[in-house]
Amino acid sequence: MTREVVAKASEVAPGTSKVVTVKGREIGLFNLDGDYFALANRCPHAGGPLCQGRIVALVQSDEPGHYRLARPGEFLRCPWHGWEFDIRTGQSWCDPNSTRARAFKVSVEPGATLVKGPYVAETFAVSVEEDYLVIELAG
Amino acid sequence: MKIPYPGAIDCDLHPAMPSVAALMPYLDEYWRDQLANRHIDRYPFVLTSYPPGAPLSARPDWRQPSGAPGGDLDMIRRQALDPFGSSLAICNVLHGAVALFNADMAAALCAALNDWVATELLDREPRLRASIVVPVHDPGLAVDEIERKAADRRFVQVLMLAMGEMLLGRRLYWPIYAAAERHELAIGVHAGSTYHHAPTAAGWPAHRVEDYVAQSTAFESQLLSFLAEGVFQKFPALKLVLIESGFSWLPTLLWRTGKTWRGVRPEVPWIDRPPAEIVRERVRLTLQPVDTPRHDPQILARTLAHIGSDRMLLFSTDYPHWQFDGEDVLPEGLSAATVRRLMIDNPLETYPRLRPAAVAGDTVGDAARQEAVR
Amino acid sequence: MNVPLRQASPALGLTIVDCDIHPAYRSPKDLHPFLPARWREHMAMFGEHLRQGLSGQLAWPRMMASGMRLDAFPNEGPPGSDLALMRRQHLDANGVECGMLMQLSKGGMEERNLDFAAALSRAVNDWQVEAWVKPEPRLRAGIVVPQEDADFAVEEIERRAGDPAFVQILISPRSSDPLGHRRYWPIYEAAQRCRRPIALHVQGFSGGHASTGSGWPTYYLQEHYATTTGMQTTVMNLVFEGVFERFPGLNVVLIEGGFTWAPALGWRMDKHWRRMRAEVPHLKRPPSEYLREHCWFTTQPIEEPDDPKHLAEVIEWIGWDRVMFSTDYPHWDFDHPQQAFKFPLTEEQKRKVFRDNAKALYGLP
Repeated sequence: MTREVVAKASEVAPGTSKVVTVKGREIGLFNLDGDYFALANRCPHAGGPLCQGRIVALVQSDEPGHYRLARPGEFLRCPWHGWEFDIRTGQSWCDPNSTRARAFKVSVEPGATLVKGPYVAETFAVSVEEDYLVIELAG
Repeated sequence: MKIPYPGAIDCDLHPAMPSVAALMPYLDEYWRDQLANRHIDRYPFVLTSYPPGAPLSARPDWRQPSGAPGGDLDMIRRQALDPFGSSLAICNVLHGAVALFNADMAAALCAALNDWVATELLDREPRLRASIVVPVHDPGLAVDEIERKAADRRFVQVLMLAMGEMLLGRRLYWPIYAAAERHELAIGVHAGSTYHHAPTAAGWPAHRVEDYVAQSTAFESQLLSFLAEGVFQKFPALKLVLIESGFSWLPTLLWRTGKTWRGVRPEVPWIDRPPAEIVRERVRLTLQPVDTPRHDPQILARTLAHIGSDRMLLFSTDYPHWQFDGEDVLPEGLSAATVRRLMIDNPLETYPRLRPAAVAGDTVGDAARQEAVR
Repeated sequence: MNVPLRQASPALGLTIVDCDIHPAYRSPKDLHPFLPARWREHMAMFGEHLRQGLSGQLAWPRMMASGMRLDAFPNEGPPGSDLALMRRQHLDANGVECGMLMQLSKGGMEERNLDFAAALSRAVNDWQVEAWVKPEPRLRAGIVVPQEDADFAVEEIERRAGDPAFVQILISPRSSDPLGHRRYWPIYEAAQRCRRPIALHVQGFSGGHASTGSGWPTYYLQEHYATTTGMQTTVMNLVFEGVFERFPGLNVVLIEGGFTWAPALGWRMDKHWRRMRAEVPHLKRPPSEYLREHCWFTTQPIEEPDDPKHLAEVIEWIGWDRVMFSTDYPHWDFDHPQQAFKFPLTEEQKRKVFRDNAKALYGLP
């Protein structure tokens, strides 16, 4: 596992997403009320750019003709076929057991701690006192 | 393949409808007056879907020199019940009253018909059960008729045609489903059309054979309507039976509906699990016509594998419609377990009202079960 | 003309023919250069006259960005209107050697005013060549004609017959009569004569009938499926009316209407034809044979059974030579060439489905 600095925490405001390229892979970063999540920008259904989809609430219903929104901002709809994925876990809502977007562990680390380690990114030179998003990648 | 042992439950039998003259005693005085004075009693109320002379409408050896095929109870016993060892058979009487635009007249004729069925068929032959025929296009009147007949538990189902005014899943029809669920009646959608619409999306084909083949597309649309509108959620105990529908088209419907649902789920959020699961649990189809090739049992086996359930098919003869020859009512290549399921278990699971008769003191059913175990 | 080979889709290892691509107008004015002034005025004053209650939008609103891939929107204009984006995002990226244009909109197929329909048809056909085929030699056009005016349709087909930019004839399967009706036969005669298949792409607009035999669907989930039942009844009608008996050289491509229903339809037609054949003595052979010999199917939207091998079984029943890959770019239910098949194809199956079946049918180099 390697830890990669991918963006400043301030670049991903709550309710928004940002797609970054890390070691040749596109990864979408998400901020749910201050908690950060990262998903591969590749829909497990048919390879679409998942993280370019709309961030949505979960539509639920107790009976036909009744609709409500739950968990606002916690779901991603793939921009191709519209499959819904839980941003926190990468699980497909319709097929939770066998379809899951690749999720990456994200942590927020102060720049001051990161500059000491072996992984130094160019952005550090700008302001080391800011927080950065760090994700874990296999290999 | 012949039926291997007695005890089958025939889920689609067509006694001929009575003449209007035979229905007169069951009508009130206004309708007796109207039908006679307007000469309506001279008309046979034949549905366009089943022209009496057409080969499909009756097998040659099931026709009689006079009278409609299926019009003689002794013939029904000799030709439809005894040769297949059926312990029970559900009568689906196809009557043209349902195609009348005047719902009051349609309702009156349906009520008379249901009463006639009870007296002339069910009272006289203990193996027979029936569907309640209703004027679907007036849900209020349809519910009235269901409420009127529901106490007679020999009626096990509410009968509708595959092509009517509107897609059947629509909320306008929900009072019918509420009543059916309340009384443990299945909903039976049978091949046939009132022709209140063109039978295809591009209009009116020229030939009857095509109208009949196209019934499968009507069943697809109706099944999807029940599913999409959430009928199965709103009425959790309701079972839907597709009758004389064929089944080779079902895998495509399951696959495509599942795929599309994953992308459009927020439109119909009451569908809370994969559509194929819902269909396998709540929908049944009668056996005839077997619309996979008879010469290739492998195709049937693969089609059933694609459908993914052995619980969905219900034995039927579709007597007197010509769907098979001789006593070759079962297609080749079914396993013994599947045969047992479709002959007996699946119908019992589908029709709650069949169960008391099949359980208590029913020697025919008992013999079937013993035979199957051996 | 020589089509330069572009980079092959890496996983596939071959360049592909995409049998369903949708170009779009940047704005309705795109057609103006090709429309006489009288019809430009008509368009501005009266617009299209279609068989639905809403104007300029669909009565079953789509679930995704007007029915488009969210990532296919150019800076200006709707998805499919920007050739540069189409090249970058699709033709180049996916190794498309040849793509079949399906222009569904404003071509007059569903226009109730037949004089206007004729003008639109001619304009759309000119536009396809000028705006798409000339600048991008990988693309091919379809002769869009209003099937309800068979005389004009034949005239337009004959006008375009000498132009290799046009590889097929587009009519609507949601016609006012079933397409086997003899009033459409002059179109089939013209198609057979100029050796081009009839292309039936599913349509959103009615020709005058509900999309099912029992009324109108409520939800888009249903309306989407109605395209497959509609395609089935269209094919049935072509067969039972004897169109293929009368025009043995006619080929038909069924586009975006699904295909896994085809074997079941063949079996069903045969079974009931055997019983009722006295009604249709003009059919000399079992219906399934006509289906097998005259119909081709595009793959998108491909089915996704829980067990992918089931799909392979069905294609085996249809025949690997009858199925042609399509993406439906830029619509939302787009199939990606590398992802569409969830089971491994043999090299021969790949070549046939992704390229050679279409090349054989359309006479492509």
